[in-house]
Amino acid sequence: MSGGGGPSLMDSLFQRTLDDLIKGIRLHLPGAAQSSFISKSLDEIRREIKSTDSQTKSTALQKLTYLHSLHGIDMSWAAFHAVELTSSPSFLHKKTGYLAASLSFRPSMDVLLLLTNQLRKDLSSTNQHEASLALECLSVICTPDFARDLTPDIFTLLSSGKNSIRKKAIACLLMVFSQYPDAVRVCFKRLVDNLESADNVQTLAATVGVFCELASKEPRSYIPLAPEFYRILVDSRNNWVLIKVLKIFAHLAKLEPRLAKKVVELICDHMKQSEAKSLVFECVRTIVSSFYEYEFAVKLAVVKIREFLLDSDLNLRYLGLQGLLLVAPNHLWAVLENKEVVIKSLSDVDRNIKLEALRLVMSMVSDDNVVEICRVLIGYALKSDPEFCNEILRSMLSTCYRNVYEIIIDFDWYVSLLAEMARIPHCQNGEEIEFQLIDIGMRVKAVRPELVRVGRGLLIDPALLGSPFIHRILSAAAWVSGEYVKFSRNPFEIMEALLQPRTNLLPPSIRSVYIHSTFKVLSFFLHSFLLPGKGVNSSLSNFVDIEPGFTYSESEQEFTEIDHATSSSGLNKRDTFTQEAVVNMLTLVITSLTPLAESHDVEIQERVRNVLGLAQLAQQEISCNHDQKEKMVDKVDLKTSIIIRLINDALSEDFGPVSFSAQERVPVPNGLVLEENLSKLDSLCADVQLSISESFSLVKPILLPTDGDSISNQQNEEESETSPAESMSLLAEHRKRHGLFYLPSDHNKNASSSFPPANDPNQRDNDVEDLVKLTEESLVLKRKPSSSRPRPVVVKLDEGERLPITVKKTDENDDLISGAVRDVLLGNEASLRSSNPSGRRKGESHSKDKVENSETGNLSKRRSKHRNHGKNVEDKEENSEKSKKKSGGRHKARRRADGGIDVAVQKQVIPDFLL
Amino acid sequence: MIHFVLLISRQGKVRLTKWYSPYSQKERSKVIRELSGMILTRGPKLCNFVEWRGFKVVYKRYASLYFCMCINQEDNELEVLEIIHHYVEILDRYFGSVCELDLIFNFHKAYYILDEVLIAGELQESSKKTVARLVAAQDSLVEAAKEEAASISNIIAQATK
Repeated sequence: MSGGGGPSLMDSLFQRTLDDLIKGIRLHLPGAAQSSFISKSLDEIRREIKSTDSQTKSTALQKLTYLHSLHGIDMSWAAFHAVELTSSPSFLHKKTGYLAASLSFRPSMDVLLLLTNQLRKDLSSTNQHEASLALECLSVICTPDFARDLTPDIFTLLSSGKNSIRKKAIACLLMVFSQYPDAVRVCFKRLVDNLESADNVQTLAATVGVFCELASKEPRSYIPLAPEFYRILVDSRNNWVLIKVLKIFAHLAKLEPRLAKKVVELICDHMKQSEAKSLVFECVRTIVSSFYEYEFAVKLAVVKIREFLLDSDLNLRYLGLQGLLLVAPNHLWAVLENKEVVIKSLSDVDRNIKLEALRLVMSMVSDDNVVEICRVLIGYALKSDPEFCNEILRSMLSTCYRNVYEIIIDFDWYVSLLAEMARIPHCQNGEEIEFQLIDIGMRVKAVRPELVRVGRGLLIDPALLGSPFIHRILSAAAWVSGEYVKFSRNPFEIMEALLQPRTNLLPPSIRSVYIHSTFKVLSFFLHSFLLPGKGVNSSLSNFVDIEPGFTYSESEQEFTEIDHATSSSGLNKRDTFTQEAVVNMLTLVITSLTPLAESHDVEIQERVRNVLGLAQLAQQEISCNHDQKEKMVDKVDLKTSIIIRLINDALSEDFGPVSFSAQERVPVPNGLVLEENLSKLDSLCADVQLSISESFSLVKPILLPTDGDSISNQQNEEESETSPAESMSLLAEHRKRHGLFYLPSDHNKNASSSFPPANDPNQRDNDVEDLVKLTEESLVLKRKPSSSRPRPVVVKLDEGERLPITVKKTDENDDLISGAVRDVLLGNEASLRSSNPSGRRKGESHSKDKVENSETGNLSKRRSKHRNHGKNVEDKEENSEKSKKKSGGRHKARRRADGGIDVAVQKQVIPDFLL
Repeated sequence: MIHFVLLISRQGKVRLTKWYSPYSQKERSKVIRELSGMILTRGPKLCNFVEWRGFKVVYKRYASLYFCMCINQEDNELEVLEIIHHYVEILDRYFGSVCELDLIFNFHKAYYILDEVLIAGELQESSKKTVARLVAAQDSLVEAAKEEAASISNIIAQATK
């Protein structure tokens, strides 16, 4: 004993106080010096906290708490000492212990079990300050165990004579309920009693606060209490309480329209009379979010919103905009009325206000004004700082994309808008613009000529290649130019753009898109040159042959013709495909791509070799025939021509948008075991998969080699007589060269024949066929000339837009709580009529069972507790009976209403309490 | 409901943190970092609300200290602004024109007062007088405990144990 006395005395006499610690920390510069001082202090604290002297221990814990809460030092190791101090007879030490506990305890700590008894003791303490310490601590660290074990004690405090304790106990209930829903069965009645006894504003505020939180999670259960809330709304003069009650009504009124009718006038009165802006705003918010069917109320609310908008206080302006945002979905006129203010707010000093204004502007957008609004916004985007500029662009993009470009009528305009966005210096939305450019290309056939024109504009500008933000957009432009090259006025120019020297600034993934596009342009060019008889139109008719079910759009032909007509140079397309031009192009392709044939990037290398193979083959034959112009007629018979025709056929296969569930819908052929195959492939595909999913535009080139053969095999059965091997000679060549990188050929064949290609017309499922029919029909309609330009067809899939809708799940606990609340409310009503409150009994015994079950390990305690609990229950019943007697008059109305409920329990119809 | 209360100095030093919703220590320091980055960089005379991770943070600057409270999207911002002011006024009365140093050296008292103003993330007492009375009563209990601990007889008892 005496051995431990020495150091303890030394510790307590020479211990650093909290002030010393703080001063020390402030003396040391932040950084190494400070952290070494802190760790030194921590060593001291570790020693001191073990002291037998509770004063020393308390000071040490206080210092540790300081370090924990302000410097983030871990103090979980000291949890036991905190528990120890909470049981100290000295109020100072108890307080220190509780502060440490409430700041640092976690639900996972074992020490919590040790605190239960102390909490119980303090909750029932005669000293109200001790009880309030325990309640505060409990309100922060409550766990299911605490909630279960301490429910009876909190129940007692709910009717405490001391207001400061009662309100804390009430506030605590929210935590207790959420941790242990069965507590509702015990405590709910008293909570409701507190709602009725308006003797103290603070307890009322606490009770309403609890109901407000409960009702925000699951409002339905609290409709029976509407009369009480109504009374408070009428009687109360306290703004804090009124705000909460308004929130409750906002939830309830959505479920019970008759309730709305009853309170809407009252809320309007509050809105008119109140001086407090917070209350006025709450009224406005309640009206516009839950009572928007009442025209007069909304009008009044909009007047108030306008006052807010014109106020000099930024906070009110911000809230005004928020209010408008809430009105917008149901009453757009309110936004339009305040249009100037909103637009002006776009250039506010405060970024938050600008953002709100932007959201509002976006809510105003419709198909009539989208052009005008976008023009204004682009103007603002150019003037704004980069961050907000991108914010504007982002919201424009997402608004226009909404419901698959629902509001866009003039797609030519929209495509050029996208290009304009791409050229804004700070634009960082490349990814989205890329997506939309390609998406529109696939969905809207009518816009393709314009798309190609816009793409050309982007591609030929060498300055754009310097900005990394825009690379993704260029990739889309390159893809579009290659895919829809038939709409191009000058393919040679596009080829030059795709091969310009500065393309070496592009990342490899995008460069390979460029190179693949050159392949498409080249094959188109050669096709037009070698098979001039068929020309552009013949490629179209070819197309029809390939896809029997898919009539190629008439409108497209129209557009090509328009294109011809409006072409300023008046050049007929065919004129550009002279011998000389072809030779020039081949030379251009070969000279610019040859250096890349040895590229280290596999994608680039492979694609370059594809293009070079085609170009060299063509060059040989064409230059052979250079002199013999008369032999041109025979061009059709050249080896190149046959290949070109086949390649072109494969390339002219049209891409449509793909539904997200498309893959799931492909029927699995008999005898194909998917899992087995894939599990073997996993190790092989692991690294390949990444690159596929990375960039959308890569998908086609990758699919081609594997799908190409099956498509041409199936589709061109008659053509295959000529020589099926030749149709893919290029690819085969590559395969040979890079055989190592392909899967074993027999394996591959199995796979390619058993997986139906997504675009194969024979295997198309019904949805797609419907879609084809639909497009056909609409195209037939479109042939009729109409004065005002109709909205072009946008191919939509039945479902599966970009984001799957997530179903919001309600918390399991909330369900339990509301279930218990319903039981209690209904059970109570039953008890009023019959002397035997069976419903409640059941609930209690249920909760009691649970208590017992979980405490079997702790016999002696359990005994006393059990008795205690039983007593409490009796106590409670007595109490509730008493309170019922006490508040007789007011209850009559409720009782009548309750009778109604009892009848209607089965039907779940809520009777009209207010009438 | 208020999810947490933060007091941050203009230099980004944390002066008080109180969490009413569960956050792990890691999340806590992340939240503090994120919010001080957002709030301290905002100029004066801007609005007092920032949106953050789907929540709203209401803040107000008093001298060199930023008082921040995080609430749900649908909660009343102006009400919370009033709560902040309410708390500051009570602190001011208690310390007598409060300054940052008072809160640094009496961090525990700042917590005790906050605990009388808020509980479970809700305002519990709208009367400044009541709060002052309760805090004073607790202080006198603490003083009594201190005196007892400091009495000579107690020190002797400790020494001879």
